[in-house]
Amino acid sequence: MLVLNLKHISQEFGGLRALDSVDLGVEQNTIFGVIGPNGAGKTTLFNLITGIYQATEGELFFNDQKINGLSSYQVARLGIGRTFQNIRLFKRLSVEDNVRVAFDWTQAAGMLSSVLGLPRYRREKKAARETIAELLELLGLYERRMEYADSLSYGEQRRLEIARALAARPALLLLDEPAAGMNSTEKAELMELILRMRSGMKLTILLVEHDMQLVMNICERIAVLDYGRKIAEGTPQEVKNDPQVVRSYLGGEP
Amino acid sequence: MDQLISQIIEPYYLRIIILFGINLIMVLGLNLITGVTGQLSMGHAGFMSLGAYTSAILTMHLGVPFYLALLGGALMAALFGLIIGVPALRLEGDYLAIVTIGFGEIVRVFFLNFEPGGKAVGLAGIPKETGFTLVAVIAIVVIVCMARLLNSRMGKALYALRENEIAAAACGVNTTRLKVMTFMLGTFLGGLGGGLYAHYRYYISPVDFDFSRSIELVNMVVLGGLGSIPGAILGTAILTALPEALRVVADYRMLFYGALLVLMMVFRPNGLLGDIRLYDLKKRWSKRWGKKKEAKPC
Repeated sequence: MLVLNLKHISQEFGGLRALDSVDLGVEQNTIFGVIGPNGAGKTTLFNLITGIYQATEGELFFNDQKINGLSSYQVARLGIGRTFQNIRLFKRLSVEDNVRVAFDWTQAAGMLSSVLGLPRYRREKKAARETIAELLELLGLYERRMEYADSLSYGEQRRLEIARALAARPALLLLDEPAAGMNSTEKAELMELILRMRSGMKLTILLVEHDMQLVMNICERIAVLDYGRKIAEGTPQEVKNDPQVVRSYLGGEP
Repeated sequence: MDQLISQIIEPYYLRIIILFGINLIMVLGLNLITGVTGQLSMGHAGFMSLGAYTSAILTMHLGVPFYLALLGGALMAALFGLIIGVPALRLEGDYLAIVTIGFGEIVRVFFLNFEPGGKAVGLAGIPKETGFTLVAVIAIVVIVCMARLLNSRMGKALYALRENEIAAAACGVNTTRLKVMTFMLGTFLGGLGGGLYAHYRYYISPVDFDFSRSIELVNMVVLGGLGSIPGAILGTAILTALPEALRVVADYRMLFYGALLVLMMVFRPNGLLGDIRLYDLKKRWSKRWGKKKEAKPC
């Protein structure tokens, strides 16, 4: 079953065509990689899926539901979580509260019941506390749960973004360059984490990454973008040997 | 109760305390808008005057009971909060600041020409209903509710709006809705404070609610600490008491406020109590304590 299905997606900014009729189908429970040179439209693709941009042309389906025209928070509530290329944490909130903000909003208690402490609010609070502790434990941030997010180290901040994206129990997780700025040990840990999340939470993962070792190791399928067009798609082996991909991105002998 | 209090406390100080309470109610509203959700509102005096005039006209001309009139004034302010907020809050950036400055001026000019409000002369003879007890009770209720709201998950989402709106939306927070709701809540408190003010001062005129009043309220929020309730209380206390102490140099008050804002931006951009948490203080104390303990054996 396709969790995410994009049909002929195009995105224009003024006269610039950032994405040009891209098709993409992501199977359930796979790890899907999107690679390509800088400016190829990878982050634009993510922003499109998560409702930050609205597609100029084409249709987007998430679990067979059309998500064109939905705003960011609606897409998130349907079950798409994401991280950002340039870390976007709530810096002056504690680690725990960062995750708490993202906890399932579909059954959230309103302002009034929060103020009055009605049963609905108390139930939510209890459920949230358990989920948050679990997630922080998984990502190795439990000890630091009371710290402000901006006092974490870079690697911890990246992990916190993932924890936050997982808080609403999404079906699809979008990771925008999760390994950027990490050293090789941290990368290895990240790979292990991604695999663990996929099997443990029945997640489908779509990731953008420049680190070829990581992409080739953990992705089951890879799509290659160049100048807004999809120039190849296939298994890592197929993509690695595709002459056009080698020419425009990977480099070396075609 | 009020009689007892007025026997204990000198009238001059009682006046300052009551004004502090009224200011505090409005500042807590503004703190929710500007301090917590990070939407700079520079027209809080406009909402205050809406509450003041509405409630005063209701009690004076229409014979509405005081408490109902007070509520009516606050609701009027919240209604205008909704009307201003829906278009302005959809936009990102400083639009709200500009729109609210404009709104504050429009309201002021409106009341300058508003026949039932006495035009520029103002409205005199408003029944004096506001007393120490009422202000204290309302202020405490507002503080408690605000503290509960800000500690809840909903409250954390409001802070998240200030910190990073795009990320908040990606976390499932309905940003526009929450911004409009907090704006209405904040303007409601502004109108409530205005109604209390009108029924305390006996006389109101458009001059009471000019732009400098808005700035004064923003100053209280910024000085104390954006988004912090103890900060709002401290900021309000300082800036309510200070003008009294500085009566001799009253002409230079605006100069002083400007300088204060600049100094705050340089030295404590988050305000006096902006991002101080009990947790951090405890940690710092325990560290200091722990060190001393270790030092002893040597």
